[in-house]
Amino acid sequence: MTENEMTSNDSTEPTPTTETAASSPDPSGDPLIEQSIDVEGTGDTAGETGKPVIESRDLNVFYGETQALQGIDLAIPEKQVTAMIGPSGCGKSTFLRCINRMNDLIDAARVEGDLYFEGKNVYDADVDPVALRRRIGMVFQHPNPFPKSIYDNVAYGLRIQDQTENIDEKVETALKRAALWDEVKDQLDKSALDLSGGQQQRLCIARAIAVDPDVILMDEPASALDPIATSKIEDLIEELAEEFTVVIVTHNMQQAARISDKTAVFLTGGELVEFDDTDKIFENPDSQRVEDYITGKFG
Amino acid sequence: MSTETPGPDITSRPTGRAARERMYRYVLLLCAAASILVTVSIVVLLARDAITFFTLVNPVDFFTGTEFLISRNVYGLLPLLSGTLLVTVISAVIALPTGVAAAIYLSEYASDQMRSVLKPGLEILAGIPTVVYGIFALVYVTPFLQTIGLPVNTFNILSASIMVGIMIIPMVSSLSEDAMSSVPDSLRQAGYGMGATKFEVTTGVVVPAAASGIFSSFILALSRAIGETMIVVVAAGSRPRMLNLSDPLANLFQGYQPMTAAMVQINSADSVSQLGFTSLFAIGLTLFVITFLLNLLSNRIAARYREEYE
Repeated sequence: MTENEMTSNDSTEPTPTTETAASSPDPSGDPLIEQSIDVEGTGDTAGETGKPVIESRDLNVFYGETQALQGIDLAIPEKQVTAMIGPSGCGKSTFLRCINRMNDLIDAARVEGDLYFEGKNVYDADVDPVALRRRIGMVFQHPNPFPKSIYDNVAYGLRIQDQTENIDEKVETALKRAALWDEVKDQLDKSALDLSGGQQQRLCIARAIAVDPDVILMDEPASALDPIATSKIEDLIEELAEEFTVVIVTHNMQQAARISDKTAVFLTGGELVEFDDTDKIFENPDSQRVEDYITGKFG
Repeated sequence: MSTETPGPDITSRPTGRAARERMYRYVLLLCAAASILVTVSIVVLLARDAITFFTLVNPVDFFTGTEFLISRNVYGLLPLLSGTLLVTVISAVIALPTGVAAAIYLSEYASDQMRSVLKPGLEILAGIPTVVYGIFALVYVTPFLQTIGLPVNTFNILSASIMVGIMIIPMVSSLSEDAMSSVPDSLRQAGYGMGATKFEVTTGVVVPAAASGIFSSFILALSRAIGETMIVVVAAGSRPRMLNLSDPLANLFQGYQPMTAAMVQINSADSVSQLGFTSLFAIGLTLFVITFLLNLLSNRIAARYREEYE
């Protein structure tokens, strides 16, 4: 397979846009967003390592005639949890699916503007979305394990990427990192569909991290789960951020407040209203609309 | 009982309504049960006549006999079974891969426009009378095979089986496509999200997830091939013959008489002994048991491998 077709993959190459990202003038001129791009200067608890790994510039998405995202400028820091919140239909999931080009699968979807992953515009003609998705894993709203054994689910990505040496070890490691190993180690041959919903979702996380991606996108990963399973997933997400960049879409504001370092608030019409440290967003947002949304007056 | 309130009388009931309602129920039940009654009667009558046959011919001789010659009262099933086996295997080799590939294309690759052309096309294929397939095999396929240099006889099992295979393609493709289309999109998304290509998603996720439905389509198509009569009567010849295991390829070019074709011949023969005629029922019962077992197997496998999706 055409792995590593993305030109910016090897680490010897300098990542030119990393600097430009932090200092680039913001095309939209929105003061809120300009502030938000200044990732390094924040006094956030986890803000020290936060150079942007994903960055969008004036990103517009259309579904047919409908505009789903309007000029989004956003820089997602490395190895942190970035939450996207907002009411239904605000475009938060659309943004997430732009990052790994899952929107390519929707015929009516059209993307304009730039989205950089490690300095490379993923919408450039020479980018292979298959290779991109191998570096940016995804976890979906409803647990969607394959109707295969637990083992084969985790091994799936390794097999399609031909990373089959020490595969048993890698499967075990992924299941351990997803906090599922102890529950399934004696039944790896059992069908994944026999697991509970929460276990299935952790299996999907194990499946995503088994191939050691750089980024994990999560689209409301706990919305279909009960509170106990949700809290396990939340604990897991915080742990994952030590090794991976995590971008999570959630409609649950408490969840965003609990687990994320950065929060982006999208409001109706596909507009990014505010993006900042999570503490700032929840304690003292700049935008009145964000405050109204957070406090439940709107949305 | 109050006389004060003059309202609609809710106690009166037209006479005979209950009886009519009961009658409707039974008439409907009868219609629903009719097919089962007919099936059961056929099986019973088939079995009765077959038992008559087996009182005169040792079942062991019947099931292990290597010669079938009514004129000499020799009733060995194996030559007929050879023909049936060849038709089934050859048509399966043609129809199963093609049918599944067509189903994959229709379900995963085709645009809506393409699908709207191809699906009716395949359904037309399923609507062609089988005698037409048979004539086509005899008049076009056999000469074609001769043109490309295969040493086929005028009546040969290969061209008959090719046409049987083509006949059952729509069955495989249609049922397999249903199975693939019902695989939830979330599984495809999961595959793409892992960085799988379209072909990897199709072969590694969709087809395995639809395996039980695809397998059921195989069994149904094979049952159909085993029971197919007209094509083999017209194009496969009328000579019962044993498989020649020492030269497997040569088998393809010769004529055979599968079980169904033998039954037709016995039934339409001018002079046939009473025993010869009842052999028809023994063959028929055997055919029935084979397809019945296949259907049982199909249900068993479908139930075992069916994946429940939410």
